[in-house]
Amino acid sequence: MWFNDEPMESPNAIIEVKNLTKKFGEFVAVDHINFSVPPGEIFALLGPNGAGKTTTIKMLTTLLQPTSGEMRVHGSDPATQQDAVRHAFGIVFQDPSLDDDLTAYENLEFHGVLYGVASDIRRERIKMVLELVELWDRRQDLVKKFSGGMKRRLEIARSLIHHPKILFLDEPTLGLDPQTRNHLWSYIHDLNKKEGMTILLTTHYMEEAEKVANTVAIIDHGKLVAKDSPEGLKKQTNTTSLEEAFLALTGSSIRSEEAGGLDQMRLHRRMWGK
Amino acid sequence: MNTIYILWLRQLKKYLRSKPRIIGSLGQPVLFMVALGLGFGPIYAQAGRGSYMEFLGPGVIAMGIVFTAMFSGIELIWDRQFGFLKETLVAPVSRFSIMLGRTLGGATTGLFQGVVVCVLALFFGFKIMHLAYLPLAFFFMILIAVFFTALGTAIASRLQDMQAFPLIMNFLVMPMFFLSGALFPLQGLPRPIYLVTRFNPLSYGVDGLRAALTGQSSFGLSTDLFILTALTLLLIFIGGYLFSKIEV
Repeated sequence: MWFNDEPMESPNAIIEVKNLTKKFGEFVAVDHINFSVPPGEIFALLGPNGAGKTTTIKMLTTLLQPTSGEMRVHGSDPATQQDAVRHAFGIVFQDPSLDDDLTAYENLEFHGVLYGVASDIRRERIKMVLELVELWDRRQDLVKKFSGGMKRRLEIARSLIHHPKILFLDEPTLGLDPQTRNHLWSYIHDLNKKEGMTILLTTHYMEEAEKVANTVAIIDHGKLVAKDSPEGLKKQTNTTSLEEAFLALTGSSIRSEEAGGLDQMRLHRRMWGK
Repeated sequence: MNTIYILWLRQLKKYLRSKPRIIGSLGQPVLFMVALGLGFGPIYAQAGRGSYMEFLGPGVIAMGIVFTAMFSGIELIWDRQFGFLKETLVAPVSRFSIMLGRTLGGATTGLFQGVVVCVLALFFGFKIMHLAYLPLAFFFMILIAVFFTALGTAIASRLQDMQAFPLIMNFLVMPMFFLSGALFPLQGLPRPIYLVTRFNPLSYGVDGLRAALTGQSSFGLSTDLFILTALTLLLIFIGGYLFSKIEV
């Protein structure tokens, strides 16, 4: 494909991915993808369910080893220089990743300690980020009492405590009401403008990607099928919205995705009286 | 160091906040003391072996520790399923220190459980022989607690969900407990059973605890101490290794 021949050595890129591939047995989840993200950009990775977005993010964030290909995140290789990479990014995962049995404050403190933020700075930043997501008043509440939207805001607050250079957001607005979604995006937009934070996000809400992203990459069946500005993609496909462009590029058939064992777990958790 | 501390603290806070779990896990040792301790007491005395409660005490204390510690280790599966594990795995700290903090936290809860059971046992007629040996008994409790938390963590590192939990309880933890000399003396057992108990790490924990608390021992204190310490260290490293290989 045309973009595979593009020279990938962009000296300024903060994230660079070259022929990145991940196979699970025979299944190719991510298939020789290439892209680079300049510092300070908001980069959206879009694709149908099971396209390989989350797998790509997991490899970039040191959680999965790639089968082949090269990656650079803030100048280091996530596959071999995990520590350097881990210092550089913050992440909001697709699935919740808070400890429900701890308070909001304790969750953030835990994060700050793990990232080696000194205690006085830690206290300051926790207050700052909690005020930012309007959860300061609820800091002493156990997270299990929070609604889905509050948990999401808390996760975003948490990802900022160590002042990351790069923020990964894997479907950060999934399951949130329009008010909270708007609020979150304007907040993320602000961070990008004020702090120059590079943001790599995935979402299923095309109008959100259209609004915030400088560059949109579309992946399908593990392959990168297009990469351009939202405007460029619309022009390329002769459509008027990113959603139409997305459908034009990926087709309209519904994808199957493997179900996780999460529901089963919930049942077991109740059974074992946790 | 901070990493180990904050993970230790987290395990402790979670434990102290789940009151039903604390009370629930005391039920089993108390049941054993009532049903077995009081039930078998007379016949044990008739057999000329003295007080059964005195024999059973260390076994039941070990039981309290084993089940709480094992459970704390296995809890890792929940962290994986509910996503919190990812938060710790992307942090810029060594996986070994995460595992160590978790394990020490889980072991502390096991130890706490052991001390509570020990106090309860006193009400059932259990007597501590030498107060001077109490620190040694405490040390054995720590070893048992660390061993079983590390074992739980090692197993949980390789599991995706709780499906295998009953399997682990019924085919590993229960046999280890019943064949450890916690409930009956190891002398005069049929040879195959005796051999199993000699290969069971918990046997040395129970025996050492019993030696320190009551002065009775089958293997000798130094053997217990040496074998259990060596096995605990080994398991921490195995658990640490398996934990470092986790991908989510």
